[in-house]
Amino acid sequence: MSTTSAPGSGQGTALRLDGVAKSFGPVIALKSASLDMLPGSIHALIGENGAGKSTLVKIIAGLYQRDSGVFEYQGNVVDFSNTAQSKDAGIAVIYQEPTLFPDLSVTENIFMGRQPTGSLGRIDRKAMRATVRDLFSQLGVNIDPDRPTRGLSIADQQIIEIAKAISLDARVLIMDEPTAALSGVEVDRLFKVARGLRDEGRALLFISHRFDEVFALCDTVTVMRDGEYVATSAIAETTVEEMVHQMVGREVATLFPKEPAEIGDEVLKVSNLTEPGVFHDVSFSVRSGEIVALAGLVGAGRSEIAQAIFGVDNYESGTVTINGKSVRKHDPARAMDLGIALVPEDRRKQGVVLDSSVARNITLAIRKTLTKAGLLWPAAENQAASHWAGRLEVKTNALDTTVGTLSGGNQQKVVLAKWLATNPSLLIVDEPTRGIDIGTKSEVHRDLSRLAGQGLAIIMISSELPEVLGMADRVLVVHEGRITAEIDRADATPESVMFAATHSKAVA
Amino acid sequence: MSNATIEKTAPRTYHDYAQPLWRRVLLTREMAVVVALIAVYIVAAIAVPNFSAPITITYLLLDVAAILFIALPMTMIIITGEIDLSVASVVGLSSVMFGITYQAGIPIPFCILISLVIGAIAGFINGFLITVVGLPSLAVTIGTLALFRGLAVGFLGTTAVTGFPDTWSDLATSTIPGTPIPSIMVIFVVLLILFALLLHATPFGRGVFAIGQSSEAARFSGVRVERTKMKLFILSGILAALAGVYYTLRYGSARGDNATGMELGVIAAVLLGGVSIFGGRGALHGVIAGVLLIGTLASALRLANVTSDVINIITGTLLVFSVVSPSFFAWARSKWARSRGKRGSGSATLAADPPAITQPDDTPSNNK
Repeated sequence: MSTTSAPGSGQGTALRLDGVAKSFGPVIALKSASLDMLPGSIHALIGENGAGKSTLVKIIAGLYQRDSGVFEYQGNVVDFSNTAQSKDAGIAVIYQEPTLFPDLSVTENIFMGRQPTGSLGRIDRKAMRATVRDLFSQLGVNIDPDRPTRGLSIADQQIIEIAKAISLDARVLIMDEPTAALSGVEVDRLFKVARGLRDEGRALLFISHRFDEVFALCDTVTVMRDGEYVATSAIAETTVEEMVHQMVGREVATLFPKEPAEIGDEVLKVSNLTEPGVFHDVSFSVRSGEIVALAGLVGAGRSEIAQAIFGVDNYESGTVTINGKSVRKHDPARAMDLGIALVPEDRRKQGVVLDSSVARNITLAIRKTLTKAGLLWPAAENQAASHWAGRLEVKTNALDTTVGTLSGGNQQKVVLAKWLATNPSLLIVDEPTRGIDIGTKSEVHRDLSRLAGQGLAIIMISSELPEVLGMADRVLVVHEGRITAEIDRADATPESVMFAATHSKAVA
Repeated sequence: MSNATIEKTAPRTYHDYAQPLWRRVLLTREMAVVVALIAVYIVAAIAVPNFSAPITITYLLLDVAAILFIALPMTMIIITGEIDLSVASVVGLSSVMFGITYQAGIPIPFCILISLVIGAIAGFINGFLITVVGLPSLAVTIGTLALFRGLAVGFLGTTAVTGFPDTWSDLATSTIPGTPIPSIMVIFVVLLILFALLLHATPFGRGVFAIGQSSEAARFSGVRVERTKMKLFILSGILAALAGVYYTLRYGSARGDNATGMELGVIAAVLLGGVSIFGGRGALHGVIAGVLLIGTLASALRLANVTSDVINIITGTLLVFSVVSPSFFAWARSKWARSRGKRGSGSATLAADPPAITQPDDTPSNNK
């Protein structure tokens, strides 16, 4: 499919990427990304989590530098080495969560670092305020320029970021999932502003997971998958089905096979778990030997549900029972004693104690069981650590190696070792293979599969569809804090899971 | 289906430690402080007249005893990344309570008990504000520093309670027969052993270190972060109260302004002893050496007729040095490592060590 010329403009391209690649050590974030933005046009960029959209945005913004490929801005090849350069060139990025100075006024935020000065070098507040008034009337919004930004809604904060971009005369505006935290009315206002900017001849890039918004707002859409460009089409010439297919279309059948395991008794039962604004009325159960995947988009509330079950986060109502015993709210130590283990999403912050040794990390959760006469003896600790490190084939020479010096994959194995040592009956793994090289990844999958075979109940949160489809006996799709679909292994296809993850209504 | 089908490669074996025992024990920050202490002692013994007399040791230990007591829980609190600035005020408050209860005719053992309970309550108030209300310990204990001192001075005004029975005063100032070591050191050594075991050889102590290194990871591993901190602040209150009782008996006077400013001496010694102000690392033997190092320096300089403001300048410089030096050495080490072109991974970090512990960095045994 070729690039279609967008309506309303016959000029050259505003921004063009061709075959851009970027990797971080062994992890390839972008293989070959291409994008062609035209002035006076709104371009949508869609793709699964991990497709490389954020990396691409960061390259455009100058936060990362590409390894190879072409990056042209207004017809010239550019190499931004930091965000200030891209900003000066006229590229503005509006993030999902704007970062403003909460105690400064709206006006001060917009002019931060480049305040107009009057006589004697004093800041000309009058001029600042007048400019901001003009900007806001141009955008058609009504925000008091003198109020502090603290307490403003996310939507208003985004408008301020946009106003800032316009005051800098940005020619290219990139909006990274701007609607994720907005209400319906706010989305409408944002769209009106975006269309106004388009009609002034600016080029806009709109990143979103919501197809209805893409269709309502954008002129052109580019789909990415696994760090690669897939296709660009005019909105009028494509359909949701086609886009979903382009997003997920790949062979998944044999990549991560879960070995068949005997499904036993119910281990975990979650009933009506609710925390307002985070997740609502979540009910499901997991049996021994079963791997249940929580699929969905980033921010759908999956990690929050897992952390509520384990007790690190609180919840308002609902119950969690494990092996028939009820789990107390907000008490991870007790949940651990009852046989729940959580391998958290943020490995470096939550999973391992980076400054501590391999042995201390592995024995941290079982330290109370290793005592003799109330005391911990190094021999007992090292023996246990050695046993579990060996089971998971952690690659290190000595047990007192600082965990921070290990690779991401090995750190993840240390976390798994720590939790398997507690002999849990339910293991929750949150993005177990994120940022891990492919070899270690399949080792982790093999381990999970084996553990299920030994009768462990496993909840796997994953944003990678192949992983979900390959490993899960059952897929629960979470959308905006609710379980919107339950799909059996036999019925789970990339399309069915993706469709449920991006639509609020459950599929049949 | 049997488990025997699971691949059985030879289980991986690990060395318990990357470094031989002597390196792990001797090449540490703590040992550097111990060596500095010995060096200062020897130099003082040679250069300062009368310093080597046994009575000097007695007075030195009597002077630092209160700091030693308080340093035990303070070490653990700083390792968790918190701080307790109110300890000296708790010493004052406990001293005043001890004096008031004694004046009221209550038998001395009960006076001590009441003081300790007051200390525990003071610690609980700190702990409550820090762990339940969620305020930063620096702010909370600056506040209670003023609060507890205010209460202490308020109860007794500018008066002092004196005239404690000789049997008890002697207990605080006597020496172990035949040695220059004060008897109070017996109590201290018992407490030191308990605290050393608690910090370095119990699940509780492991939790303390984990909290200091990453309180979030600790929480995700089932460490009860808030409860642990609460216990530490209560312990800190109790030990400060014990120091208050000792201080009162040693000087024979219960006053509201007893031990004013002592918190700085305690914290200086703890940091000098190798405990990181950012939490997560430290050991008690270093802290004890740190307290004794500052005490020895002060004692030697005083005997050499150096004025107390100069002593303060030296102590302050030492404190700044102790906080700055770990960062400086880390910076120097990373420079050095970069100049050698080696990045710390796998066996590269061990390259400087004896061949006994090097081992080929095996590739994963993935094959079936």
